Amino acid sequence: MLKHIVPGIQNVGHRVIESIWRLGRASRFFILVLLKSGTSLRRFNLVIRELYFTGVLSLIIIVVSGLFVGMVLGLQGYETLQKYGSESAVGTLVALSLVRELGPVVAALLFASRAGSAITAEIGLMKATEQLAAMGMMAVDPIARVVAPRFWAGVISMPFLAAMFSVMGVFGGYLVTVVFIGVDEGSYWSQMQSAVDFRFDILNGFIKSCFFGVAVTAIAVFEGYDAPPTAEGVSGATTRTVVTSSLAILGLDFILTAFMFRGVS
Amino acid sequence: MQRTTMDLWVGLFVITGIAALMVLSLKVGNLNVYNPSQSYVITGNFENIGGLKVRAPVKSAGVVVGRVTDIQFSTQTYDAVVTMSMDSRYLFPKDTFASILTSGLLGEQYIGLAAGGDGAMLKTGDKIMKTNSAMVLEEMIGRFLFDKAAEDDSF
Repeated sequence: MLKHIVPGIQNVGHRVIESIWRLGRASRFFILVLLKSGTSLRRFNLVIRELYFTGVLSLIIIVVSGLFVGMVLGLQGYETLQKYGSESAVGTLVALSLVRELGPVVAALLFASRAGSAITAEIGLMKATEQLAAMGMMAVDPIARVVAPRFWAGVISMPFLAAMFSVMGVFGGYLVTVVFIGVDEGSYWSQMQSAVDFRFDILNGFIKSCFFGVAVTAIAVFEGYDAPPTAEGVSGATTRTVVTSSLAILGLDFILTAFMFRGVS
Repeated sequence: MQRTTMDLWVGLFVITGIAALMVLSLKVGNLNVYNPSQSYVITGNFENIGGLKVRAPVKSAGVVVGRVTDIQFSTQTYDAVVTMSMDSRYLFPKDTFASILTSGLLGEQYIGLAAGGDGAMLKTGDKIMKTNSAMVLEEMIGRFLFDKAAEDDSF
């Protein structure tokens, strides 16, 4: 009996200690990236190159899914609101749900699976093929040369992508409700404008997307850098990036929302 | 890929991102530059504010002329002190009547101002003397029942 219980408890303890070690390594790595990002800000063309891969190439998926999310919101919102005869409020519904929640969160989730996984796979494979070690041999710091530019590119592009997602969503809602269904165009925009506040809604959404950008790219670069240098290790790290950053986005979203909209009706 | 082509795409990306933020704040959010020097602050005591909330509009003749900035409870008079920030383009006489109204059947509550005939205008720090509380359903039903009972007694 005891023979079976003791290894089980040991297993639990081992896992807890291991995950705390990992968390500590991740925090140290994050601080190291921040400390060594001076080089990448001085040689900004390194960041521009990564901005192309993480930002510009994510545009298509962000724009298309933003459009469709907005269209669905408009359609569903119209279906519910017309029961109460207030279908002109559909603009408010679409804009508020996009700017406050869906824009930052869905854009970040897409960004994590589109760009975060790519960052992890790239850095992990660089490590597996000993490119990072070779850089270290040539006295080039791999964190300053490889990791920091990718981190900053992700942090910069995330708020822009979230804003584009929201704009495309509002446009998609406009397309469905005003152009196809025939809600009054004036009330669509004016109800939206009177309900959406710059400080409380747009600025808070922007701050959220900045937080998500930092979280997603920090997780992606850490998982890549920490991956076991095998094919299996890289694939596991890529999976973990998507899972961990999705969970981090949703958890952070709850915490940020609780801070931002507490007491504001 | 050529360095210049990449720069071009990234530049386009950043410009589109900033444009999206501008569209959000101007077209969706209607960012009006609210200058505190262009507004004046007045207060009003209400017996019952119902569901009035901070940032609710202050309207006169249906036009938004200000916003509720603060709601406090006064222990001196035991009523609600509502602070309003008014657009300085619109000045109201001292004997303006303020009441808490509801837009639509289930809509949000706002403060409606009906201008009086006094020559002197309200300015920062002034207090609206004539106020009307929000309608509370229970009180209305209670008053109705009371009236009904009084009617029955008279027979």
